[in-house]
Amino acid sequence: MLNRIMTAHRQMDAACEKVGGQINIMEVCGTHTVSIFRNGIRPTLPRRLKLLSGPGCPVCVTDQGFIDVMLELAQHDDCIIATYGDMVRVPGRAGSLETNHLSNVKVVLSSDDALKLAEKHPDKTVVFIAVGFETTTPATAVAVGEADRKGIENFCVLSGHKLVIPAMRALLSDANNKIDAFLCPGHVSVIIGSEAYGEIVSEFARPCVVAGFEPMQIIEGLAEICRQIVRGTAQVGSVYQGVVSAAGNTTARKIVAEYFEPYDGYWRGLGTIAGGTLRLKDKYKRFDALERFGIEEIPAEELAGCLCGKVLSGLIDPPECGMFENKCTPDTPVGPCMVSSEGACAAWYKYGRIRKRRS
Amino acid sequence: MVQIRQDTKAAVVNQREDKKILLAHGGGGRLTSNLISSLILPRFDNEVLGKLTDSAAIELSSSSVLFTTDSFVVKPLFFKGGDIGKLSVCGTVNDLAVAGAKPVALSLSLIIEEGFETALLERILDSAANTAAEAGVRIVTGDTKVVEKGSADGIFINTAGIGTRVAGAELSFDKITPGDCIIINGTIGDHGMAIMSKREGIEFELSIESDCACLADLTCKILESTPGVRFMRDPTRGGVAAVLNEIAEGRRCDIEINEKPVPVNPAVKAAADMLGFDLLDIANEGKVLIVASQDSAEAVLNICRNHPLGRQGQVIGRVAETAAEAPIVEMITAIGGKRIVRTPYGRDLPRIC
Repeated sequence: MLNRIMTAHRQMDAACEKVGGQINIMEVCGTHTVSIFRNGIRPTLPRRLKLLSGPGCPVCVTDQGFIDVMLELAQHDDCIIATYGDMVRVPGRAGSLETNHLSNVKVVLSSDDALKLAEKHPDKTVVFIAVGFETTTPATAVAVGEADRKGIENFCVLSGHKLVIPAMRALLSDANNKIDAFLCPGHVSVIIGSEAYGEIVSEFARPCVVAGFEPMQIIEGLAEICRQIVRGTAQVGSVYQGVVSAAGNTTARKIVAEYFEPYDGYWRGLGTIAGGTLRLKDKYKRFDALERFGIEEIPAEELAGCLCGKVLSGLIDPPECGMFENKCTPDTPVGPCMVSSEGACAAWYKYGRIRKRRS
Repeated sequence: MVQIRQDTKAAVVNQREDKKILLAHGGGGRLTSNLISSLILPRFDNEVLGKLTDSAAIELSSSSVLFTTDSFVVKPLFFKGGDIGKLSVCGTVNDLAVAGAKPVALSLSLIIEEGFETALLERILDSAANTAAEAGVRIVTGDTKVVEKGSADGIFINTAGIGTRVAGAELSFDKITPGDCIIINGTIGDHGMAIMSKREGIEFELSIESDCACLADLTCKILESTPGVRFMRDPTRGGVAAVLNEIAEGRRCDIEINEKPVPVNPAVKAAADMLGFDLLDIANEGKVLIVASQDSAEAVLNICRNHPLGRQGQVIGRVAETAAEAPIVEMITAIGGKRIVRTPYGRDLPRIC
């Protein structure tokens, strides 16, 4: 392992040498962010190679309006809110699912569990809080399909599903962006395939390299990016071969396309992203929680004072937000980046506190 | 002589009449005595309990007595490697053990929800009795209450325990000295992940078993033969991360942990990765963190490795003088990086993907 680390570091040093200034690589995915911190990768990197945590934490990019709609639905006595664990603690305008002490909130591990809840409680409407990127959307689509097929009409989804490529495009379209290359998510790439990043590479000339979540895979992914920088090229690369194919999982994508369609949805901190969010197609609208409860649209809102948006865009590191570690901690989170275990702020707080030396 | 109040207003189950616990079983009437004679006494038979006095009278060999209590509300009640009965005995035995005591006697109190199945109660009692017998600890007093359906979740157990101090075992934060070694007796996170995988209904390819075990035999052996032990604590809720931070804050010292030697069961690691958990934050029920002087670390490790509960024992870190405003726990990661280790928030929620 030591040899592989040293070889990787030589590549990184060479790239820093060639560029002369700072190299900013964004890890898009929250799982990468956590692994980078948990394995202490940052301190081992050359000083001029900077990692930016991107918008790939599903909870973090879910906007305030969505959270408020979720909290509002949780007030309905005849509803059961079925949600992934991370969403329970995200604060809205009126507390969170956790602090509101609601007995009708059930943490589930999959959309299938939510569907089972609906079957078990025919007198209640189960609202599945459907968030996540391409990795979780196929399962939501399958659940809607099952509900349709079996006639489980007391099941619906509040969709906040998001797409990675439109977000990357939006980040690079911002003139202030500092991103030189992307470390692309392993799990999402299993579904979308590595060739999905081709459009980013050709349009914006930024290296896109897919990596797994083990520390060595991350280090070698960064080294591959640096190799491209030294060569002066920008390509789609993968150090996660054998797991991620060029074409991805076409079956999963077909299922998603049957039930969902992209629209211009609001992302926390990033604003409206063209074709970045998924909603149920008209054919399946009766399973859409918004339709079911007569909510016209999810209002676009931002929490005042929270700099999660700038963190998600890689414009600042969490400690640069005035609330970090003061007003905003994992015990009293203000923004979602501090709530989700995959959020950049939570990872910085948990693993990366800057050591204050005695003066 | 120590007097312990013994309240035996026990619920009674006559299996021929009913297979479930009823509110009436907590009434203290005829059924109560049936329960004691048919379910409790045969399992925990010892002459102190058998007297059914209001308080248990026991003789102790030392005047330095340690006393602790703990309540158990685990869900699920049965999991791979243990159940609430075994856990309720191990938990209190271990609290005594890591404080430097040889456990002597336990109380066992049950709060049962009306309608709880008698067969399950019997399994739980069997398990508690077997665990206590294996650990050489007597259950000398107890109590049973039945509460209305919905007022409890199946069964809750409280145990309290007393033990006598192992000669010379004066363990405290104050004894910890920079340069001391931190030793663990085996793999981390097994119990928490076993519970979590059962609770979440996840079937892992490799099965995960709780490490639930009574540590007193191991800790007594260590304390009796090694003078250099400064402090011990069992990393239960909050895991190794919480205990290391308690030590750092309690002694105002830094701690440096090495990730490489930290023993980990690969299946447990895979499960934790999948759910997004850090194994340092996950509960253990058969592990002890031992702070020992550098000179005695090897002896401690040898005793561990020659004991069934310490075969995978390792020195995982050391204590250092703090150089920062606030004491800090740091980890040298397997790839040679560095990161801090914080006390976890307290509620582990599985992540989205």
